[in-house]
Amino acid sequence: MSDQYTISVSINGTQYERTVEPRLLLSDFLRHDLGLTGTHVGCEHGVCGACTVLLDGVPVRSCLMFAVQVDGHEVTTVEALGTPDDLHPLQEAFREAHGAQCGFCTPGLLLTLVPFLEENPDPTEHEIRDAIAGNLCRCTGYQHIVDAVKLASARRKA
Amino acid sequence: MTKKYVGQRMTRTEDPRLLTGQALFVDDVQIPGMLYAAFLRSDYAHALLKSIDVSAAWERPGVVAVYTAEDMGDDWQPSPPNVSPPPGMEGVTFNSRTPVPLVRDKVRHAGESLAMVLAESRYIAEDAVEDIWVELEPLDAVVDLEKALEPGAPLVHDDLDSNLAAHLAQGKGDYEAAREQADLVVKRRIVIDRGAAGAMENRGIVAHWDRKSQHLTVWDTTQSPIPIRNGLAAMFGLSSHQVRVIAPFVGGAFGPKIMMYYPEEVLLTWATLKLGRPIKWIEDRRENFYATTQERSQIHDAEMALTKEGRILGIRHEFLHDTGAYDPYGLTIPLNTQSHSMGAYDVPNYYSDLKVVFTNKTIVTPVRGAGRPQGIFLAERLLDIAARELGIDRVEIRKRNLIPPDAFPYEHKIIDQAFSPLVYDSGNYLATLEKAAATIGYRDFVEKEQPRLRAEGKHVGLGIVPFVETTGVGPYEGARVTVETDGRVSVATGVGTQGQGHFTSFAQIVADQLGVSPRDVHMVTGDTAEFHWGTGTFASRGAVVAANAINAAALGVRKKIFKQASKVLDVPEEDLELVDGHVRIADIPQKSIGLGELAVLANPLRGAVEPGTEPGLESTDYFGPQYGATANGAHALILEVDPETMMIEIKRYVAVEDCGTVLNPLILEGQIHGAVALGIANSYYEQLIYDENGQLLNASLADYLIPTATEIPVIEIDHEETLSPLNPLGSKGAGEAGTIPVPAAFAQALEDALYDYGLEILEMPMSPNKLFELLHGHDA
Repeated sequence: MSDQYTISVSINGTQYERTVEPRLLLSDFLRHDLGLTGTHVGCEHGVCGACTVLLDGVPVRSCLMFAVQVDGHEVTTVEALGTPDDLHPLQEAFREAHGAQCGFCTPGLLLTLVPFLEENPDPTEHEIRDAIAGNLCRCTGYQHIVDAVKLASARRKA
Repeated sequence: MTKKYVGQRMTRTEDPRLLTGQALFVDDVQIPGMLYAAFLRSDYAHALLKSIDVSAAWERPGVVAVYTAEDMGDDWQPSPPNVSPPPGMEGVTFNSRTPVPLVRDKVRHAGESLAMVLAESRYIAEDAVEDIWVELEPLDAVVDLEKALEPGAPLVHDDLDSNLAAHLAQGKGDYEAAREQADLVVKRRIVIDRGAAGAMENRGIVAHWDRKSQHLTVWDTTQSPIPIRNGLAAMFGLSSHQVRVIAPFVGGAFGPKIMMYYPEEVLLTWATLKLGRPIKWIEDRRENFYATTQERSQIHDAEMALTKEGRILGIRHEFLHDTGAYDPYGLTIPLNTQSHSMGAYDVPNYYSDLKVVFTNKTIVTPVRGAGRPQGIFLAERLLDIAARELGIDRVEIRKRNLIPPDAFPYEHKIIDQAFSPLVYDSGNYLATLEKAAATIGYRDFVEKEQPRLRAEGKHVGLGIVPFVETTGVGPYEGARVTVETDGRVSVATGVGTQGQGHFTSFAQIVADQLGVSPRDVHMVTGDTAEFHWGTGTFASRGAVVAANAINAAALGVRKKIFKQASKVLDVPEEDLELVDGHVRIADIPQKSIGLGELAVLANPLRGAVEPGTEPGLESTDYFGPQYGATANGAHALILEVDPETMMIEIKRYVAVEDCGTVLNPLILEGQIHGAVALGIANSYYEQLIYDENGQLLNASLADYLIPTATEIPVIEIDHEETLSPLNPLGSKGAGEAGTIPVPAAFAQALEDALYDYGLEILEMPMSPNKLFELLHGHDA
């Protein structure tokens, strides 16, 4: 049968120690072992971007990683950004601009955009679209998402 | 009732939960003792099942059960059909064949399930699927629609004598006579191929039979929880009150999630009843390409007869419609195609002969647009060719044929997808088209911009197309509105929500009727325990049918409020008004009572009530339209194409929409953006490619190209508003509108851009590869 490995990982600032199979996907570890269901799974082949989380601050596809690979690292999921009563400024911008419809691709988009906006606080429309070209959305046609990012970046400037 | 909230660009009440990952989707459901299902699916599209050996799978630690068709015994049966069969009409043939839970005799499409494994984890279940030995004897696959109907073709269903699933011919007037009189007859073959809905969330089910409470709860990504609940109860001999189906937040649906009954829905229910343990199945993306329905494939031999002034005398088309391996959705899609094959035009003579064909491919049921894009594509392509041959400007020729504003209700004299006469209720098609032309700057582009750009060697083209969309179909929906004791209002309706913002737009209606804030209206959709009469979210009908039911129920509560308050405040009802959650005497704010307090008074704990009193401030009501309201619109786009790389860039995209009363313009815009994006995908990026063995060659997102933010342009939206006389809100549907005209407009624009190549684009989807082939058949 399979070996088990004990991993120690910081998720959203909380330290977790868990024993897992080596083949357990990071997406499944987050969603089912830890109950952090905000990260969604759309394809499990690294194309749609819905499962995007931050690994040591850098966006990665959690469906293409194993939980054992994040042993000793820091992972950030959408749950770290805000709560319904205390939205992250980017989430607030999405709310105002109607950047989410079904909401399934949204967490992955948010985690892609947070580091993007850190590095590009004043992006052009073209740069925004390029930055989210790895996140598929079937509902919005992307326009209100771009509007949300513009709104968020304008607010950061102010 | 003041219209304070309906029509407002309100942000959505449901967003904080969705944006923070706190909203429940089916895969988030976790129940102690839950088992996980995985399916062994056929690699072959057409094959006899010779034998299946699941013994090794049973041996694997962690596997709880493995089932085949044989294990189901008498419980094995094909699903009931999704829609009522066509009424016994003369000249209509219909052979109903519905999906089976597990293959028993032969495989009819790649991906059909042969066995189900239940295990303690998804990982173990998928391992165990690999342990199953199956012997399949491949048969020749039926793939090509025309070959499928040739004598001697392999049969998808051996108990039929051909692959003809259905045949229906209908018409009006006398096309042959019209043809005789015509100055021009344009005759072409038009081919449209399959695309997937591609929702970001794949399908999923959790079925939980609790033996102690004798109750079945099913979480399902379905668009129609109520029929699922009724169907499962009937199938498994349960009272409908023992079954609760919940469609929680659903990650996009676009049509295929209304297909009933998927094999997995039946199997998981059967298994949980047998084992008494909750069972979860979450489809993966690869499965989605095989096991979830698709749409669009048709071949038309079409012709249009016109006068030399460009007036359409008649349209005739014979077509084949691909239904895949089964036909659970009846004739809905191809009838929709017929309903839209005359476009927005006044066409006096029409004839259509439709044949539905079984093939060894995934089942076809509606995908956003549901047969309408094909009809519009046909009408608009023929008209474009006619315009060119007659030397008439393409906007002008359309104006000469549009149904005029004083011709409504316009009776088409053909039958629609409900087998009722097709009637368009209202619209001003000319105004819509003119608005689109003005917004895109048609005159200026054609006369100045385009010649200038062409002189620079650029290939820039414009496409402009008017269209109609039948929406808001019955049978009905219902809703219950209740004033709570804290003054907030709760509403329940049967339709589900997959991103359309129902929690907000529907609340806006109630807010206007009851004088409360929409944020104080708590909305429940898609839970049969909350509301159990209705059909579902499909065919662009939520804003018409559910919205009007909610409006009617809210009005019912309003009347009860006034009646109750009149007694309490001792004032005639006519003197009362509803403002800010209070009932008060008009213009005397001091003499008032809060809705919550009134609700308490309306539900006394002791004492006697008058006969005929209903407790509380609650009302349930229903709405069923006489027939579906018809929305209309016009799209225009300008694109540039590079004839060497075949890469395109959409420079501008304009969508003018007339969907009657707009509940929430912000939400409506989002719907149009998303639908146009799918339309663009259907035009140039997405195509499901099957080979001659019925194998889907691009069953992954790496090969099936869903457009990203860099392909979809900014979409400019404008409106016309002709209220529908068919419902009190005056609304028409709009969910699918954005997809419908896009391929037609796109084809026109591409031909226009590549004017020097003299192309005719008669197939959809196009692609860079196909364009390359077309261009190299025509050198400039």
